[in-house]
Amino acid sequence: MIEIKDLHKSYHMGSNTLHVLKGINFNVKEGELVSIMGSSGSGKSTLLNILGMLDEADTGDYTLDGFAIKNLNEKIAANYRNKFLGFIFQSFNLINYKSALDNVAMPLYYQGMKRKERVEKAAHYLEKVGLADWSHHLPNEMSGGQKQRVAIARALASEPKVLLADEPTGALDTKTSYEVMDLIQGINEEGKTILIVTHEPDIAQMTKRIVNLKDGLIINDTKVEQVRAISNV
Amino acid sequence: MFDIERWQEIFETLRKNKLRTFLTGLSVASGIFILVILLGFSKGIQNGVTSQFERDASNLISIWPGVTTKEYKGLNPGRYIQFKNNDFNTISRKYNDEIEHESAFYTIWGGLVNYKNESGSYRIQGVLPGNQFIENADIGQGRFLNYSDVEDAKKVAVIGNRVKKDLFKDEDPINKDISVYGISYKVVGVFFDPGGERDESKVFLPLTSAQRAFNGADEIRNMMFTLKMSDDYNKAALESAAISEAILTDLKQKHIVDPDDTSAIRVNNTMEEAKKIYSLISTISAVFWFVGIGTIIAGVVGVGNIMLIIVKERTKEIGIRKALGAQPMSIVGMILQESVFVTMFSGLFGLILGLGLLEIVGPLIESDFIQYPQVDFNTAITTVFILVFAGALAGFFPAYRAAQIKPIIALRDE
Repeated sequence: MIEIKDLHKSYHMGSNTLHVLKGINFNVKEGELVSIMGSSGSGKSTLLNILGMLDEADTGDYTLDGFAIKNLNEKIAANYRNKFLGFIFQSFNLINYKSALDNVAMPLYYQGMKRKERVEKAAHYLEKVGLADWSHHLPNEMSGGQKQRVAIARALASEPKVLLADEPTGALDTKTSYEVMDLIQGINEEGKTILIVTHEPDIAQMTKRIVNLKDGLIINDTKVEQVRAISNV
Repeated sequence: MFDIERWQEIFETLRKNKLRTFLTGLSVASGIFILVILLGFSKGIQNGVTSQFERDASNLISIWPGVTTKEYKGLNPGRYIQFKNNDFNTISRKYNDEIEHESAFYTIWGGLVNYKNESGSYRIQGVLPGNQFIENADIGQGRFLNYSDVEDAKKVAVIGNRVKKDLFKDEDPINKDISVYGISYKVVGVFFDPGGERDESKVFLPLTSAQRAFNGADEIRNMMFTLKMSDDYNKAALESAAISEAILTDLKQKHIVDPDDTSAIRVNNTMEEAKKIYSLISTISAVFWFVGIGTIIAGVVGVGNIMLIIVKERTKEIGIRKALGAQPMSIVGMILQESVFVTMFSGLFGLILGLGLLEIVGPLIESDFIQYPQVDFNTAITTVFILVFAGALAGFFPAYRAAQIKPIIALRDE
């Protein structure tokens, strides 16, 4: 599903050059649930941004489901993001003035779906994350866990090939974190490929494979025995 | 542009952001409203001033005698100049081609006029038929004096509307006799004068009758001529000045006055006055335009500012939309469509409000110097479009820049 070869990325800040990714090689097969770990500054968020086409690599190859992701113009990148990827952010990134339902329906709007169909589909995914009763509430009327579940529903609504989650539990307490992870595990079991960036070992243990990053290189890539989130709630 | 889904999205955004929508709309609507009111009153003042100075014919030359101040050809200074019928007839013949209307005047200031038990003191003037046009007088009833009245020195009078109201009340004055210092004159007409009450407190008699009745012999007090108007305003002013000068020279020669003596005979040329008034009006109009353009600029800056803030505030939203697969131009388009809709709608609202207010308040204003305030609709609609365009332009650049920002940076924007 994801193939990455010799990926480099540096940031220029004034006269300093910060070499963040120093040659990443990394493959993800369909249906995997992978966590990317590392201390801050290890390059894990940068890697996720490149995977999400939110940022671009300097050199190296990135293939997503057989499509080479290289030198995309904004238009195609936007199209690919919409078709292939669903995002889950640490700070949820919901649009504050839109109801939960409208937030979930947003990616469908950009797919050019008709309003009625959009609302139906969004309602279905809200129900899937257990928020059917909250569909007309605004984000600021919800708890952190609920907001993250709306964000997950939004990421799922466009039926992407890969879900990318950047510290999805970073702003949540432990109990809520595990509830969200349980949801993510459930989605993975339905066959969705999911990548999670995290620095919390207990969250990482709930995935099926842990990739450890340090100073821009992968130092460790192991399959793990998955811990069921539900058992810790 | 006519994508219904897009419009739904825009209306939802506007509805969910009521305060922002309201403030943008308010700044545009009030800008246009103020502009319309300003331009309306500028036009009103223009109308008012124009009509105030329209009371007499605008290409009028009036000639008044005075006292000599310089010794000339052995004659002492301090000599009174007295015009005679002959002076008037000479000028009338000589400039026959240029003159349109003419009248000589024999005036009695504050003459006592009676009708039955009512009496009053009015200005009595012996005039020629041409005076009707010189005064811009409108005949309300009956007729003005004619040449046979003058020729035969008939004892007839035309009275001003004020005189009629004082002496006759509601009675019909036509063919009634009024007495001026005991001499009876038959009223043949009533006139209105755009100059108002003061100019309507007069009684006109045929020149010859007045001279005969009040020991005037062939003396006249002053004379007035109006010239044929040429289409070109500046040309008319030049011609008028040239003729005034020529008449003055003729009269000075005839009455043996030093050509440099300015007080012996005075010629007043209203074309010069009119020129001043027209320049006053255009100055007023220029001032209002200046203020108006200032208002538009302030409006443009205001709308531009609001657009900048809106886009800044929405940077994160733009990032989210991009992460969800929005194309940059669709975001720019959406923001612009939204702003054009709001500015257009509120601009037209302000326009209608302003026009409505002028329409309602305009006729209620009772000032001689403001009349019929109104706005040229094309001007107003143009300013609305200028504001809309400016708002769109001011929104475009920040929206474009925001849409170019990498979503990851926009998402970090808190």
